[in-house]
Amino acid sequence: MKEKLQKIREEALAQLESSDTLDRLNEIRVAYLGKKGKLTAVLKGMKEVAPEERPRVGQMVNETRAAIETYLDSARKKIADKMREEQLKKEVIDVTLPAQKNHFGHRHPNTIALEEMERIFIGMGYEVMEGPEIEYDKYNFEYLNIPANHPAKDEQDTFYINNDILLRTQTSSVQVHAMEQGKLPIRMIAPGRVFRSDEVDATHSPSFHQVEGLVVDRNITFADLKGTLAEFAREMFGEQTKTKFRPHHFPFTEPSAEMDVTCFKCGGKGCRFCKGSGWIEILGCGMVHPHVLELCGIDPEVYTGFAFGVGLERIALLKYEIDDMRLLYENDERFLKQF
Amino acid sequence: MNTALSWIKAYVPDLEVTDQEYMDAMTLSGTKVEGMKRLDQNLEKIVVGQIVKLEKHPDADKLLVCQVDVGSQTIQIVTGAHNISEGDKIPVVLEGGNVAASVHADGKAPEHGIRIKKGKLRGVPSFGMMCSIEELGSTREFFPDAPENGIYLLPPDTPVGADAVEVLGLRDTVFEYEITSNRVDCYSVLGIAREAAATFRKKFVAPVISETGNGEDVRDFLQVEVQDPDLCPRYCARMVKNIRIAPSPKWMQRRLAASGVRPINNLVDITNYVMEEFGQPMHAFDYDQLAGHKIVVKRAQDGDTFQTLDGQIRRLDSNMLMINDGEKGVCIAGIMGGENSKITDNVKTMVFEAACFDGTNVRLSSKRLGLRTESSGKFEKGLDPNTAKLAMDRACQLIEELGCGEVVGGMIDVYPQKREEKTVAFDPDYINALLGTDISREQMLAYFQPLELVYSEADNTLHIPTWRQDISCKADVAEEVARFYGYDHIPTTLPSGAASAGKLSFKLRVEETARQAAQFCGFSQAMTYSFESPKVFDRLLIPSDCALRKAIPIMNPLGEDYSIMRTTPLNGMLTSLATNFNRRNKNVRLYEIANVYLPEELPLTKLPDERTAFSLGMYGEGDFFTMKGVVEEFLHRVGMNKKIGYDPTGSNSTGVYPSGKLPFLHPGRQARIWYDGQEIGYLGEVHPQVTDNYAIGERVYLAVLDLPYIVANATYDYKYTGLAKYPSVTRDISMVMKKEIMVGQVEEIIEKKGGKLVEKYELFDIYEGSQIMAGYKSVAYSITFRAADRTLEDREVQNAMDHILKALQELGIELRK
Repeated sequence: MKEKLQKIREEALAQLESSDTLDRLNEIRVAYLGKKGKLTAVLKGMKEVAPEERPRVGQMVNETRAAIETYLDSARKKIADKMREEQLKKEVIDVTLPAQKNHFGHRHPNTIALEEMERIFIGMGYEVMEGPEIEYDKYNFEYLNIPANHPAKDEQDTFYINNDILLRTQTSSVQVHAMEQGKLPIRMIAPGRVFRSDEVDATHSPSFHQVEGLVVDRNITFADLKGTLAEFAREMFGEQTKTKFRPHHFPFTEPSAEMDVTCFKCGGKGCRFCKGSGWIEILGCGMVHPHVLELCGIDPEVYTGFAFGVGLERIALLKYEIDDMRLLYENDERFLKQF
Repeated sequence: MNTALSWIKAYVPDLEVTDQEYMDAMTLSGTKVEGMKRLDQNLEKIVVGQIVKLEKHPDADKLLVCQVDVGSQTIQIVTGAHNISEGDKIPVVLEGGNVAASVHADGKAPEHGIRIKKGKLRGVPSFGMMCSIEELGSTREFFPDAPENGIYLLPPDTPVGADAVEVLGLRDTVFEYEITSNRVDCYSVLGIAREAAATFRKKFVAPVISETGNGEDVRDFLQVEVQDPDLCPRYCARMVKNIRIAPSPKWMQRRLAASGVRPINNLVDITNYVMEEFGQPMHAFDYDQLAGHKIVVKRAQDGDTFQTLDGQIRRLDSNMLMINDGEKGVCIAGIMGGENSKITDNVKTMVFEAACFDGTNVRLSSKRLGLRTESSGKFEKGLDPNTAKLAMDRACQLIEELGCGEVVGGMIDVYPQKREEKTVAFDPDYINALLGTDISREQMLAYFQPLELVYSEADNTLHIPTWRQDISCKADVAEEVARFYGYDHIPTTLPSGAASAGKLSFKLRVEETARQAAQFCGFSQAMTYSFESPKVFDRLLIPSDCALRKAIPIMNPLGEDYSIMRTTPLNGMLTSLATNFNRRNKNVRLYEIANVYLPEELPLTKLPDERTAFSLGMYGEGDFFTMKGVVEEFLHRVGMNKKIGYDPTGSNSTGVYPSGKLPFLHPGRQARIWYDGQEIGYLGEVHPQVTDNYAIGERVYLAVLDLPYIVANATYDYKYTGLAKYPSVTRDISMVMKKEIMVGQVEEIIEKKGGKLVEKYELFDIYEGSQIMAGYKSVAYSITFRAADRTLEDREVQNAMDHILKALQELGIELRK
């Protein structure tokens, strides 16, 4: 009996050894351990074994079964490993094949620039405000120190609805609204559409966007203006960006300045992009004119403030190297999807 | 404003700077240099030569062989020019030298000029080139004595071998300035020179104006009457007789040419010269043409016409100021003289005018006339009346110095109200507090000196010269200090004071969510104009009596296409989609967030209702229901989680849109969107006639949401409902119903009759066709029931289903077996 079992075991092992598919393993399992299997047959023949022998034989049969099962498991694992390996080999892909596009929509480049600005100024404690696009003359001009017949009114080529109502030419009108509300201190930016009667071409549009900034508080200085806008420039155009303030003139600020930043293409060395100067003009700014504070009901002896205005399209065109302003209003999806 | 540096240096003699230093420092002190042009750019090794011998070329009829004395040696030059003869002095570029352009300059000079090498012309060696004015980088316009297509001939007294570039006055740089509108005084060479002196801390030396005039008195020959002094604060007149018209001297021509002014003759050049120098336009009348030898300054009359000296007939009005003689108009004040009194070459005696006219009036008159001149451009900025006399005397001085005529003694000066200097308090503490600086009082006073702001210790004020009309308050003085202290030396700090919370307004937050939702659904952001053509209403099939046609017109639009403020965002969206379709872009999805402008009444008496519209448009893949999904995605994101209603009729419209079917949408494929009892927008397929009108060859779907309603209803709030612990029961029902019955009605029944146990329901099949009776459709729903606290019993589900089925049957809906 012992020999018989030994033989079954060796036979089974040899067969398992030479099997290379899971199906074959199963056949072997059935052939030995199945209901009609060879080992099962031995168990069935137990009744012919002497009763006192039975426990010993039973144990031997169980040992044999266990041995075969162990072999079966390891053979199964070997085959599974091999199959997995083959599968992995077969599944090699060319990772340089083109990516599958996600069909998400894209932001307008103006919006990217605006969101960036909003992020920066919100971080500095500014509120983002809005004002009307169709506006009273007094908010767009008069309260900003641009009285009737002031040449600046011509310079800005205003669209009029009637003598008192116009399409705002600058978001500076929102300054007046902010100050008029009488809640001090003020730290705000105001993005929005503005309108000037320029014919459409590569660098002009009768409708474009500005972002206005206004801070009014006690002890606000020109140095604060410089510091704030220098910080903005670094955040917006990169840590290495330097700023230059040049005297300029706006009716509603005094002193007034224009701010240049080091060219973000060449870093200030001078290139085609900055016309060799190394600098790019970015915004106009200044200390709120005492007369404007007064007109808006704020005591200029107690409060001072600074204001600035940025052309959003200008930033977008420069930053994303868009060479024709008309692209911003055509809405060709091939253009929009690049952002 | 263009000016040669040499002219500036005439008044700031100690100024020693490189071009770059000058440009940078002037820009930083507020006189922005926009550009510069070196007049000797690319001119190298160019000397004065004299032709000592001139022979015909042995093998070429059109060429001459010249022996030219260039000082150090005599060289042979072969030339094709024919305006030269032996003894002439000419500019010669030596071999290895450089000229700016070729003789056939067509206006474009090569970037690095042209290098001159020795060579052979038809076998005869040539060691240089004689130069035309074009080759020297200039034009006949600025060198009126230069011949056409010939060598420029230098005066006979020019020293041979000298630097010809220097002799021609081309060792100079012309700077172009951008002058801000408040600095009227800087539209003059003297103004800029004063700034340069202050910038470089050098002495400013004003031109010395000497006494002029013979023993006669102008008042004996001429009368001046100013009837409208409000428009003419000052009028100065002098006379010149025995006029001798001739070219002006070279130095004057050079300075004018560098400023971009073409030299004409001594008389014209002197007036232009003084205009550049002082910023004061002058005018000259032929004395013999002035009827009654009289000048009357008064407003024109409506309907008057006048022929200006450019030959044009101008229509005048009673707001325009005219210079008249005893009978008729002779000049539109400050703008342009008349044909009838202009100076001709035969003039014997003339009247010089240096006046101050009201800037605003000149500007508006010039605008109405459509006539802008060098003179009106200066006047409209508002000139200092005190400059008029200086300029007049300067001009007369030049007349005498240049031998241009005999200046009559005396001056008629109508100046009823002299403009006096203003005073402004000098407050160094205020200035330092405003700038955030710590500049000493003495330092500030030092900055003021070259600017001629005179400090008066007695009352601690600054006396502001009348040409500085821009300085009238302490902040203006602070700017003067800042400019010369240097903006770059002011420290950089951040505002002190209490910290504040930065944030977007709630509306802007909703807009941000709208952008995110739209982009998530594949829509890219468009931006279109706020104004459009009134013709768009026809294209959109909007009926003539529809409220949407009540659009605000612009008084002075760029053209009809931009003449009204839009009342719907549709045209912008459809035009953008059409652009994409036309360019063969497939599956285009766009959105825009922008205002429409709804007037309460027209003409406008108060500001209109500016309503932000969130509009979506698409063609290509997707349909009505795709668009509906986008709307619902957005509403979910802003926390509008109540049931959204869709009404295909528009009959109960409460929103800003007209009632009934929207004419620009497909009548059977449109819906008003309702939320919590309010209409918040609409969506639908665009009417095929409208897509035709926009030449879009595909079905277009639109959705427009009225953002104010969204802002009012957005909550950004979501409530958790427990995850199910007990099993659900699902029942499917299949129904046949009339086509007109909307599935929304079925859903309403499921919700209402199914009660709380209904967890969700889903439409899984809808069919019309051969298996179904005509006019009917089959609809199948899967309804899921669940209770949060127990396993449902069959009885409960059946009960709910019975209620649903009963209600469906009441609507005439039959169950399919």
